[in-house]
Amino acid sequence: MTCLPGHTEKKLGLAIDLDTCVGCHACVTACKGWNDQGYGAPLSDQDAYGADPSGTFLNRVHSYSVQPDQGAAQIINFPRSCLHCEDAPCVTVCPTGASYKRVEDGIVLVNESDCIGCGLCAWACPYGAREMDVDEGVMKKCTLCVDRIYNENLPEEDREPACVRGCPTGARHFGDFADPDSKVSQLAAKRGGYDLMPDMGTKPTNKYLPPRPKDKRLDASLLAPLLDIEAKGFAGWLDRVLGKI
Amino acid sequence: MAQPQIDTSPKVSDEVRQTTCYMCACRCGINVHLKSGKVSYIEGNRAHPVNKGVLCAKGASGIRQVNAPSRLRAPLRRVGPRGSGAFEEISWDEALGIAVEWLGPLRDKAPEKLAFFTGRDQSQSLTSFWAQNYGTPNYAAHGGFCSVNMAAGGIYTVGGAFWEFGQPDWERTKLFILFGVAEDHDSNPIKMGLGRLKERGAKVIGVNPIRTGYNAIADDWFGVTPGADGLLILALIHCLLEAGKVDLDYLARFTNAPLLVRSDEGAEKGLFLRDADGKALVMSGGKLVPFDEAGVVPDLGATFEGHRTVFQHMAERYLSPDYAPEKIAGRVGIDATRIRALAAELARVAFDEAIEIKQEWTDFRGDHHATMIGRPVSFHAMRGISAHSNGFQTARALHLLQVILGTVETPGGYRFKPPYPKPPEAHPAPHCKVTPGKPLDGPHLGYPRGPEHLCLDANGNPARIDKAFSWENPMSAHGVMHMVIANAHAGDPYKIDTLFLYMANMAWNSSMNTTRVMEMLTDKDADGEYVIPRIIYSDAYASEMVAYADLILPDTTYLERHDCISLLDRPISEPDAAGDSIRWPVIEPDRDVRGFQSVLIDLGARLGLPGFVTPDGAPLYKDYADYITNHQRRPGVGPLMGFRGEDGEGVGRGAPNPDQLQRYIDNGAFYQAHVPDGADFYKPWNKAYQDWAVKIGLYDAPQPYLFSIYSEPMRKFQLAAEGFGDRQPPEAARARLRHAMDPLPIWYAPFGDDATDYPVHALTQRPMAMYHSWGSQNAWLRQIHGYNPLYVPTKIWNANGFTEGDWARVTSPNGEIVVPVAHMAALNENTVWTWNAIGKRKGTWGLDDDAPEATKGFLLNHLISELLPEKGDGMRWSNSDPVTGQAAWFDLRVKIEKADPPTEAQPAFGALNLKGVQV
Repeated sequence: MTCLPGHTEKKLGLAIDLDTCVGCHACVTACKGWNDQGYGAPLSDQDAYGADPSGTFLNRVHSYSVQPDQGAAQIINFPRSCLHCEDAPCVTVCPTGASYKRVEDGIVLVNESDCIGCGLCAWACPYGAREMDVDEGVMKKCTLCVDRIYNENLPEEDREPACVRGCPTGARHFGDFADPDSKVSQLAAKRGGYDLMPDMGTKPTNKYLPPRPKDKRLDASLLAPLLDIEAKGFAGWLDRVLGKI
Repeated sequence: MAQPQIDTSPKVSDEVRQTTCYMCACRCGINVHLKSGKVSYIEGNRAHPVNKGVLCAKGASGIRQVNAPSRLRAPLRRVGPRGSGAFEEISWDEALGIAVEWLGPLRDKAPEKLAFFTGRDQSQSLTSFWAQNYGTPNYAAHGGFCSVNMAAGGIYTVGGAFWEFGQPDWERTKLFILFGVAEDHDSNPIKMGLGRLKERGAKVIGVNPIRTGYNAIADDWFGVTPGADGLLILALIHCLLEAGKVDLDYLARFTNAPLLVRSDEGAEKGLFLRDADGKALVMSGGKLVPFDEAGVVPDLGATFEGHRTVFQHMAERYLSPDYAPEKIAGRVGIDATRIRALAAELARVAFDEAIEIKQEWTDFRGDHHATMIGRPVSFHAMRGISAHSNGFQTARALHLLQVILGTVETPGGYRFKPPYPKPPEAHPAPHCKVTPGKPLDGPHLGYPRGPEHLCLDANGNPARIDKAFSWENPMSAHGVMHMVIANAHAGDPYKIDTLFLYMANMAWNSSMNTTRVMEMLTDKDADGEYVIPRIIYSDAYASEMVAYADLILPDTTYLERHDCISLLDRPISEPDAAGDSIRWPVIEPDRDVRGFQSVLIDLGARLGLPGFVTPDGAPLYKDYADYITNHQRRPGVGPLMGFRGEDGEGVGRGAPNPDQLQRYIDNGAFYQAHVPDGADFYKPWNKAYQDWAVKIGLYDAPQPYLFSIYSEPMRKFQLAAEGFGDRQPPEAARARLRHAMDPLPIWYAPFGDDATDYPVHALTQRPMAMYHSWGSQNAWLRQIHGYNPLYVPTKIWNANGFTEGDWARVTSPNGEIVVPVAHMAALNENTVWTWNAIGKRKGTWGLDDDAPEATKGFLLNHLISELLPEKGDGMRWSNSDPVTGQAAWFDLRVKIEKADPPTEAQPAFGALNLKGVQV
């Protein structure tokens, strides 16, 4: 068993805008590219050009079909990665202390040198956010790019997670949810940012911003014809329309 | 337990080199990180105008493209039968020697027997220059099977189209409507724009049969029936005219709405009334005057001796009850009230929410304007409307809608990107005159203004192998690439000797009727020779087409090459700035491959082509980099606009600068010349813009023009069809031409739409992560999209009793396929679709033979014929738009039924066995 800190100084996390995400997977491969050469072991791929390719990804995007009571079906694109929970069950279940939540910023990390690859944490995570790397036999997960966000070798504007930097629609936002004035806190407040599966009691740090209502009945008053064209003829219409010049 | 100490500031890389991405046509700026000389990480370049730091899934997977096992290793000569995959590696000297042996004598005898077509067209300014100097008329890039309707429809109407020609005013538009924009289009720019609109709270409407990707985040979705977009647009125009919600001032000043259309019977009926100097005339203050004179206030409602204005012709047509929403709703698949509500929304935003920028400007008549009025409605459209046989007219209709709302080149609307605006008159006309041993008489491609510009031989037959610019498709501005192999095989209009292709997978996903095309490539004539005798192909990867070529010139990947993204071709401009960029070898190839453009320059020199050799016959350029730096298309104007002249300070114009490429590299691999204040809107008529465009060399004299609501060039073709003029179409083509070349936008049902036995529309798009087919074999991306079921809407799903895991037989008049199905509710109820180009032939692209792409993956291409079924006239017309020759991929109609699961998707083909030629 591993303990969670009683309090973290910051609550770093992501606000992910489901109203804006087009499901392009840019964040998926930006993450793969950075973390393949970043913190910890590379993200391996098995059978990369074969019948059943599979590899380690720390962030994936799923597309769901939603059928509202009224109106046309919709597609919601849903990016999924570690939510850096306050009550992270993946940490408390870890038998070696390899999984831990950082005191200074709340990031949940795996100390790979202590990880025995037992997989308990992946079992405990209700979000499926952890993936065992087959080549290394260690558990991999989103690090919130801990090796970018404080990295003094990067220009200041680049000190954000790779998925946020790369997102073409700007659907991903990074910041401190402990600071009510931060951009992510403001966005979550304004847009009704919500916890994923709150009944699990994990208190996720990441917030999802819900899609805005779609296919609202267009109730703008319809355009009124200038005049009864059938009765007045085209010449009548022309006089009327040009009289407005 | 103490928290581990970790290094949060690791060194990122040894070096960052900035170049330009390639794998689609967006051409984003990238930072390539290198560790120990190898690529370690790729991210977007924040300073770059196209992507401003972001990068798509494909761009961010570039490292797996550069290291792909499917990369070709060395030049190849075929040693077994075509399609066997049996090759031997040869040296570059040998390979180029063979090419010269084939192409040299051909040039002296019959240069038209070389057909040179390129799938990608990011170096078209070089490839066309080469082909022109070789002397063959048979050259084009892939636009004909991609989106020429969109390009030509825009050029002929407003002097530019969507995407690289222009884009919405993302910062000001309040209502944005996407028509037929598949996921695989304009990747990062449109995503960034949509994100910006969402951030600003602007409204997004998607018109598309499929609600994925960009359409998934639209606030409103109109699941239009494929091929009916034009009818929907004309119904919107009907509603706006009926209510008088059109921008009359804009129409009168900046469009040909006030021009007088001749009503007198004869050879000039329907042309504009002109003065002795050929100037089109308008009525102003009761007087007949040239349209562009100072002080002219054109009268939209004028009639002169029976000649009425374009405005009257237009209004009369679209006010017809035939275009009322109630009349067309069933055909469009959208409720009439929703169509009327959309028209009201357009009018409300355009006129009630108009914006005004305090910026003075002067138009081409010399009229001074104190402000710039904006109508903040904008549109974007692409293949969904253009890949139909009615796509040209539909594209014209969409531009007409923009124009009557007064949104083109106004704040909040659609904005041109330099070198656009550029009307047909500012483009070349096509050329086709062949003289053995000499260059062609001019550029191959262009915009015909009448029958005099068609590419016909002395007997009136098509001069080009693809029959571009013939009566079959007079305005085929990008050529008709999808007909090249079929025509060459049929010897119609003539046989060729050598087919030379670059990056065009014509033996697979880039051809209609793929099964038959593979046969055409391997068919032999009576004396045992291949019907298409010689095929030269250049590609970087072991694609299906490689197996069907005789000589392979292996290309580099995008990080190992020089390129220029040029204002002479398809630049990276923004509405506020002209822009161009380069690629340079940020790593060197580790195998015996060469950038295709350098190879083409070498080949040009070995063949002694003008433009590639010095007067004494020595090579003029060492390689492509040398050409980019030193080639001048006009004195002082070359491939790159930045850092010209001896001091490197010249913009657009200036002598070649030997340090130019290094200056680009130092500047992040791109250059921008900003449009001056006051020149950024109303560009076609704005004196400040026109003067700036001349100054930086976009053109040599100001060229203001009017938007063409009524297309006079189209009317000229229609007159020919009516029997007027020297150049006359064959009888069989008259009725079709007369109908298709209507000078005002029309809608007609896509060809084949009467096939009631095939009630279902079938479409394709590529996943965003695989925009363009290069990349679908990528180790990361194929884990995301390695499988392409046929997506089936609820009505058809239930009617067939499908369940997940089922397979279906899908049949068209051209054949049948048996493929896996999946249910998708967010879809037009009569439309099925799949991801294109996921399906691969076994043995290609570095994939194992049992890869799902080769066992379950499939192409719809087998169902699409390059020819339409025979009609009453006994002819089989090409499956193309009759105006431009655009391949009508999306006209496909099928029927679908449950099938027993086969062991593999059908049709299945044997393995191509290209393993031996890869790294």
